[in-house]
Amino acid sequence: MDKGMKENREGIKGWLNPSRYGISRFAYWLQRLTGLGLLAYFIAHISETSNIVYGKEAWDKMLSLTQTTVGHIILIIVIGMCVFHAANGVRLYAAEHGKGIGRAGRPEYPYRPTSLNIAMKASIWISVVLAVIAMLYGAYVLFLSEA
Amino acid sequence: MVRESSIMKVHYYTGLAAIVLVAIHVMFRLTAPGGYYASLEYENVIANYSNVSYVVVLELILVTVAIHGFNGLRVILIELKQGEAWERAVKWLCIAGAIAVMVYGTRTIILASMML
Amino acid sequence: MKRVRIIVQRYNPKVDVQARYDEFEVTAERWTTVLDALLYIKAHIDHSIALRYSCRMASCGSCGMLINGIPRLACYTKVYELGTDTITCKPLPNFPIIRDLATDFKAFFAKHKSMRPYIINEDIDDSNAKEFIQKPEEVEEYLQFSYCIKCGLCYSACPTVATDRLFPGPQALAQMYRYLIDSRDKAIDERLRIVDDRHGVWRCHFAGSCSSVCPKGVDPALGIQLLRAYLLGHGKERKKIAELYIKKL
Repeated sequence: MDKGMKENREGIKGWLNPSRYGISRFAYWLQRLTGLGLLAYFIAHISETSNIVYGKEAWDKMLSLTQTTVGHIILIIVIGMCVFHAANGVRLYAAEHGKGIGRAGRPEYPYRPTSLNIAMKASIWISVVLAVIAMLYGAYVLFLSEA
Repeated sequence: MVRESSIMKVHYYTGLAAIVLVAIHVMFRLTAPGGYYASLEYENVIANYSNVSYVVVLELILVTVAIHGFNGLRVILIELKQGEAWERAVKWLCIAGAIAVMVYGTRTIILASMML
Repeated sequence: MKRVRIIVQRYNPKVDVQARYDEFEVTAERWTTVLDALLYIKAHIDHSIALRYSCRMASCGSCGMLINGIPRLACYTKVYELGTDTITCKPLPNFPIIRDLATDFKAFFAKHKSMRPYIINEDIDDSNAKEFIQKPEEVEEYLQFSYCIKCGLCYSACPTVATDRLFPGPQALAQMYRYLIDSRDKAIDERLRIVDDRHGVWRCHFAGSCSSVCPKGVDPALGIQLLRAYLLGHGKERKKIAELYIKKL
């Protein structure tokens, strides 16, 4: 007997398909992904910038490795991740403190859940839009400003 | 025994603090005289360390982001697998990881400040 | 009227190594529900399909299953509303499979029980006690959460339940809030202590999938966030303690 089948848990596959349940599930998935990505970037960033203590040569060598097209693209993705994670994080902070999710009451058919109201959905879209704007601005600074 | 609600309160506050602190850090690069690329030159980066407030901001970023990030990692890992041994290992590894990053970053800040 | 293809996952853990998918063709009218279609198949084509159902009107919560990838009640889902001629029925995820579309709810009910889903109030020791006095606005604080029919759709949809076997699940946590905020209940500290755990209310991340699949308007995500807010010190003004009306002789 296959233990996985007997337990019938979705497992990590349940995390990987965010398209089934609407935008709130998508925001959960993206918040996890960006969180892990940002942690990885944070460790890499501390490591690369610590080259400052080894003098100008070491610092310039680090810059020559990171100030490349690929480096810029990675940084633009990091900017997007950072802005989305922060903005969505503020939405989650508010919701988890009971703000912006409505009140309990007497739901009527078709039972639109108040916790998934227009404010919550709009906040998710705003987080995505802010991330895109930040990425575009980052791309402008990195690729189009004076090198 | 630390309650989970206390850990999560710390997670909330470090997250909010990190938004402000990282925004200051990024603004320093974007508003530096000479532009973004000039601000990355060795001399200009070292000169930043003469500004005590900025050094404090960098140290606070280290602390808040390390705690927030590694606690987030701990939460993801204990949701993926349960069991006393695994959860204890995850707890201590995340604490060790956060301390290691904080110590290494603080070393950089101290050494860089001494290079002025 | 149209012909639709129903694909049913068949799996008997006592006998089969892995699941297989049986296909059936059924005629559906505008009003045909997925449960109607499955019962037709069971009556006329293949008697051996195991499935649970009872009230056929979204009241008992028995017929929960994964229909085209989303947990739904089979009696509450019309074939036509799915917008496709191919309907795939699988057992609810995150529940152990008994056979085919029937799943085991033991762990689900055990987690619900661990939330102490009953009024805890030591004041009811006077033999002349008649009733608690509860205003309509105090009822509205918990009423929608009492609509829960324990169908398990929210438990299936939850991404935390998918990997964390110690997480109580949205249904249990929403019921914890239902009893916490009820003015007749006085066990506030005890209830908060139960959910303030490494695998308790903190492992909800407000993905909201539970509320989007709930067929009764319970909105468990709201209950869980309000529970969490209460734990963080917000919304305590909503918690009232009801007076007991004692008939004077």
